Amino acid sequence: MVKEEQEESSNRPDNTAFTQQRLPAWQPILSASIVIPMFVLIGAAFIGVGVALFITSRDIQLQELDYTGDDSEHPCFKCRTNTEKCTCSMTFSIPTLFKGPVFFYYGLTNYFQNQRKYGASKDDNQLYGDLNYFTSPSTDCDPYTRDSKNMPIVPCGALANSMFNDTFTLSHTVNGVQKIVPLDGKGIAWWTDYNIKYRNPSITPLINAFNGTKKPTNWPKPIYELDTTDVYNNGFINQDFLVWMRRAALPDFRKLYRRITHDDYAAGLPAGNYTLTIAYNYPVHSFNGKKKVVLSNVSWMGGKNDFLGIAYIVVGSMCVVMSIVMLIVYARFKFGEDD
Amino acid sequence: MLRRRLNRLFGGDEGRVHSRTIYVGHKSCPPNEAYIPPKFCDNRIVSSKYTVWNFLPKNLFEQFRRIANFYFLIIFLVQVIVDTPTSPVTSGLPLFFVITVTAVKQGYEDWLRHKADREVNEYRVSVLEDGRRIRKMSAKIKVGDIVEVEEDETFPCDLILLQSSRDDGTCFVTTASLDGESNHKTHYTVADLESDLQYLSATIECEQPQPDLYKFVGRMHIYRNSQEPDVRSLGPENLLLKGANLKNTQKICGVAVYTGMETKMALNYQGKSQKRSAVEKSINAFLLVYLFILVSKALVCTTLKYVWQSKHDETWYNEKTQKEKETNQYLKMFTDFLSFMVLFNFIIPVSMYVTVEMQKFLGSFFITWDKDFFDPEIQEGALVNTSDLNEELGQVEYIFTDKTGTLTQNNMEFIECCIDGFQYKHGDGSSELDGFCVTDGPVNKIQQKAGREREELFLRALCLCHTVQVKESTKQRQDQNDQFDQIDQVDGLGLDHGFLDPPQKEMGFIASSPDEIALVKGAMRYGFTFLGLESKNMKILNRNKDVETYELLHVLNFDPVRRRMSVMVRSKTGDILLFCKGADSSIFPQVRQEEVERIRMHVERNATEGYRTLCVAYKHLSAQEYARADADLREARLALQDREEKLMAVYNRVETDMILIGATAVEDQLQDEAAQTMEALQGAGMKVWVLTGDKMETAKSTCYACGLFKKNTELLELTLRTLEDGGRSREERLHDLLLEYHKKAVQDAPPVKLGITRSWSVAGHDYGFIIDGASLSMVLSSSSEPNSRRYKNLFLQICQNCTSVLCCRMAPLQKAQIVKLVKNSKGNPITLSIGDGANDVSMILEAHVGIGIKGKEGRQAVKNSDYAIPKLKHLKKLLLAHGHLYYVRIAHLVQYFFYKNLCFILPQFLYQFFCGYSQQPLYDAAYLTMYNICFTSMPILAYSLLEQHICIEVLLEHSTLYRDIAKNAMLRWKLFLYWTALGIFHGLVFFFGVRFLFSNPALQDNGQVFGNWSYGTIVFTVLVFTVTLKLALDTRHWTWINHFVIWGSLAFYVFFSFFWGGIIWPFLKHQRLYFVFANMLSSVSAWLVIILLILLSLLPEILLVVLRKPRGPHARQMKHRLPSSGTSTIFMLSQTASTHSFSWSD
Repeated sequence: MVKEEQEESSNRPDNTAFTQQRLPAWQPILSASIVIPMFVLIGAAFIGVGVALFITSRDIQLQELDYTGDDSEHPCFKCRTNTEKCTCSMTFSIPTLFKGPVFFYYGLTNYFQNQRKYGASKDDNQLYGDLNYFTSPSTDCDPYTRDSKNMPIVPCGALANSMFNDTFTLSHTVNGVQKIVPLDGKGIAWWTDYNIKYRNPSITPLINAFNGTKKPTNWPKPIYELDTTDVYNNGFINQDFLVWMRRAALPDFRKLYRRITHDDYAAGLPAGNYTLTIAYNYPVHSFNGKKKVVLSNVSWMGGKNDFLGIAYIVVGSMCVVMSIVMLIVYARFKFGEDD
Repeated sequence: MLRRRLNRLFGGDEGRVHSRTIYVGHKSCPPNEAYIPPKFCDNRIVSSKYTVWNFLPKNLFEQFRRIANFYFLIIFLVQVIVDTPTSPVTSGLPLFFVITVTAVKQGYEDWLRHKADREVNEYRVSVLEDGRRIRKMSAKIKVGDIVEVEEDETFPCDLILLQSSRDDGTCFVTTASLDGESNHKTHYTVADLESDLQYLSATIECEQPQPDLYKFVGRMHIYRNSQEPDVRSLGPENLLLKGANLKNTQKICGVAVYTGMETKMALNYQGKSQKRSAVEKSINAFLLVYLFILVSKALVCTTLKYVWQSKHDETWYNEKTQKEKETNQYLKMFTDFLSFMVLFNFIIPVSMYVTVEMQKFLGSFFITWDKDFFDPEIQEGALVNTSDLNEELGQVEYIFTDKTGTLTQNNMEFIECCIDGFQYKHGDGSSELDGFCVTDGPVNKIQQKAGREREELFLRALCLCHTVQVKESTKQRQDQNDQFDQIDQVDGLGLDHGFLDPPQKEMGFIASSPDEIALVKGAMRYGFTFLGLESKNMKILNRNKDVETYELLHVLNFDPVRRRMSVMVRSKTGDILLFCKGADSSIFPQVRQEEVERIRMHVERNATEGYRTLCVAYKHLSAQEYARADADLREARLALQDREEKLMAVYNRVETDMILIGATAVEDQLQDEAAQTMEALQGAGMKVWVLTGDKMETAKSTCYACGLFKKNTELLELTLRTLEDGGRSREERLHDLLLEYHKKAVQDAPPVKLGITRSWSVAGHDYGFIIDGASLSMVLSSSSEPNSRRYKNLFLQICQNCTSVLCCRMAPLQKAQIVKLVKNSKGNPITLSIGDGANDVSMILEAHVGIGIKGKEGRQAVKNSDYAIPKLKHLKKLLLAHGHLYYVRIAHLVQYFFYKNLCFILPQFLYQFFCGYSQQPLYDAAYLTMYNICFTSMPILAYSLLEQHICIEVLLEHSTLYRDIAKNAMLRWKLFLYWTALGIFHGLVFFFGVRFLFSNPALQDNGQVFGNWSYGTIVFTVLVFTVTLKLALDTRHWTWINHFVIWGSLAFYVFFSFFWGGIIWPFLKHQRLYFVFANMLSSVSAWLVIILLILLSLLPEILLVVLRKPRGPHARQMKHRLPSSGTSTIFMLSQTASTHSFSWSD
């Protein structure tokens, strides 16, 4: 008898909610009476956010200077094809106070930093300061792995090799005298890049680590001389280098060059005339690129971007319109049901 | 495998002789001639697919024949060979996993088959060799061996019966596992053989193996003392089939004529071919579309890349390597094409196949777990043999059902009788002395009884007019208590007949028809007990407990054309009586007309109630009449030519001028809820065809009883009987009838709208179609080819316009033929076969879905079925609830999978336009691999296991809901296009939304800029959230598992992204995502754009859900699911009614 019972229990399916597909369940029904108020609420919220975004974005000041020099009138025209060191300067005026903190960007167009081979052409182990990879860089870096004398290049690869090397000085004309605006090169790269992802080899002086290696072919000076004034901004952790190494997503991009944080300009750039002096090195003519400098301040949402604000307003309005449409349809439908 | 063997057997060598010669006992015959042992296959049964040696190559070959596996293999190889944007591990690992799991599963299944084969092949049998009995393995039986089989054993191969332990040279067998008939059949030994088989010297010449169970032609030459050999003809009555059981006979000896795969059973057993569901076919079709999308994407990108490169010279900042410069231009194009293929290959993910397989495998547990399928009688629940067809259960359009044991319980019971127009019903209390009580008939006679004499005559007729034998119960049987059900199987008397004496209790009856047993038992209940036949004397125990003896003179056997049978007996007093019983239609013309009307009413009433009715008549024969009849019968029986016709003529002559005494009503009890089940299935738009080996009348009454034929159903009959009416040749008649029925049922039928064609009762006429095996084979194999195709078409059209179709007298293979015919007809409807016996195996295998009933008749059907259920009534829930839900679940799963991969890969494709067609992946490799495996796989799996868009009770209650998903409704191209459009829309929104945001990449409030990986991560985050929330919107049934899995997946994504970006992974070449995700979250703009894009993507969906609010009957069902209170509007989520009916314990 006992045996029989056991048998029964082994054969009989378990009577649990799960096995019988009777788990308690919520069955949400998106009925119009829920959705319409929901849509109205969402729509209102979106419009609100959108307006805020739009106003914020509108208030952001922007000063863009194209210094490619394609135009023969342009002061930089002479540098366009010049292979030697060349300097040109542009003047511009700021009509009202350019509220601080002001950020100094350089921009490139038609420059495909996001190509696969180009982006993969680097050796993260080198950049992490691993000396083993100094002498034998990854083949990913081809054809920028070794120079013509078969010496290993550090940092290897196309990405590093093509590092942006125009330099800028900004001067403010105060009473006819040019006053240099100090530019702050700190805090332009991601904190994690600067502190963790990129590291110099722990050898002092830094130059010793690079024995038996060559600088990238396009570079005027080796990596350990990028900023000789500051040990913490030299070598792989040079912030200009870090900014460059973070590849842009799109072929038209801008990168942060400097911040204007000096006490005199903490409140912003006062109205007046300014001169931008450019050490013109970087060739963009061959691929029809453009170079520009962008001065901008930022808000809580980042740089100037009208898209978000407009998109929010549009989607918010769509929600409201939809809820009205639904109200009409629902009313009809409901009356139909009552019949 | 089997089919190949068959081919080899039949098609392979034409020159082969059409008969085989068998040397009985392997002795040369005639003895002086040299004996050349002929070669036949051995008795080994092979159903397994692989051996240890060929498993790996064969299995791998078969797996890679699947289009999907092959595709992934190619992708993997490309990744290994060509420099591609992603590593081979991303596709190799999942592929390896899938292949291994499948191989292990298939290997295990084949091992089980090997085990089953071994069990059969190693079964010990006795073989007589040179007069000695030798035990050997069943597999080693050779053609010509003399095999000894004992009672209740199964015949190991096809045998010619040589010797029986019964005196009369007969033996009884049941062929339950072959054709499903559980009654006893009598087989005969070859006449006049030596009693000692050791000295038998004979050859058998017989036809080559063929699958027809009821046909066998052979000759036996017996050599004696070098005379001319005696020749005996052999027919099916001499042949014992493998798989049949020996009953009621101690032992027999027979010579093996067909062995192993050549036995009739093996030939009737069709190879189990892989069944594919309609959903799988849809998947393959969609797959092709996506392959096309994939290839065109890759082509577009490759072309544009070279167009772009011709405009943009090699830039100074990104020079080509020496190797690249040297490579042939066309080769480079080709490898670029392959690289793009690899980059976009995620559009067809391995994980979909894994998820579909998992869904099917896990989902099928719900069938085994369902306690509604548990049958307390056999202590078993449902069984799932293949999980590949779960969703097909929701798509069934035609049901082919066996009758005996499926629709009915194969359990006859005497219900009532009518004597002289008075109705007698067995009183439950049986308080009356004679156990008789009279109830009112519709005739409204006041309680009256027929004369006692009449009553007794009627009961005597019941006791005498039959071919029932009394089962001698063996001693051992009495000892064993647990043999009760075995006794029951031969219709031993149940214990409820307490008034019988103990020795009689063990008495059982054996007959070729269960009706006869029911009648004899019925008579016994009324006091007349048949005691058996002893040397031509039939003994009856009458009411007064006296034994009456009648001498049995002649049995005028039953045949389906005459449809009656008679016996002639001589009573003690010397009176010669003829008792006749038969179908009303065949008795009424043969009796005096006065009686007919009164009884006809009863008969008709009984018939409409679904009982099997028989009329009983008798007549006195004078000595003269008898002498004449006797002489005629003897003469006819000896006739060599036209024996059948001559006998029939005599029968007809004798069976005239009889006096009708009464009628009986016997019930073949229907399965529980058979009628309700059928009604529900028909309501769900399915057409039910009954395919049975049984007689037409019986089958018809069952159809009436199950409600398949209704009172107003007009029956169109195409049987031997109707074909022989009208006196023209059968062929012509067939032609006319087909045209006539076609006109009736198809042409004249009111034109119905396409949507309703599948419906049950269109206002007009209901037609039922009846066809028998012989007519069917005429239809299917008409002499001329064009005719046969035409007939087939006519036949199909008629059938498809009938509510129900009844096919009787079907051989197992004919059942399969019908299924095949319907299966391959226009529109390829989904078919389902249900049966319980081995005779149903071929149709179970042939249909899209085969269902076995765990009945009394062996396990063959269950073993070969896709699903097995204990009772017919369970079919309703299996189809209407489980099938419906499975279909909805998997259809949604498939559509969703394609959708989510389209919007996954589309941004990556679009990104190529912005990165110089350089195959730059938009997403990190980890995201590419994990997207389908982790981030979005679990919610859809949970959905596809748990979703109940309509709760089970409602599905069962409203069978018409089943029609909503008919014809693969959720995987039609229109819906597929909708999902594809949705995927494209989402992909565009994701990509361009972020693209516009990145027009100024300074997105952080500290002025820093985002790079390409931030771009990809934002798109990916939007993607994962949107795709998951889209599923959440579609989910109608939120159990805690759904909540857990949906929100858990999203949380896991966030957690993983932090984790993945939070560590410098030493094994990675590039730390691409290092802190990208965290940085992204530190930007307000990124947050805002993610929210915006998710909402924008889902807006149209929400709108659609609201506007597509169910109308009509659905609205009502939806309301069903809501509690009646109106409070639900306050909350978006409302608790359902389905929880009310749930309980934790029984």
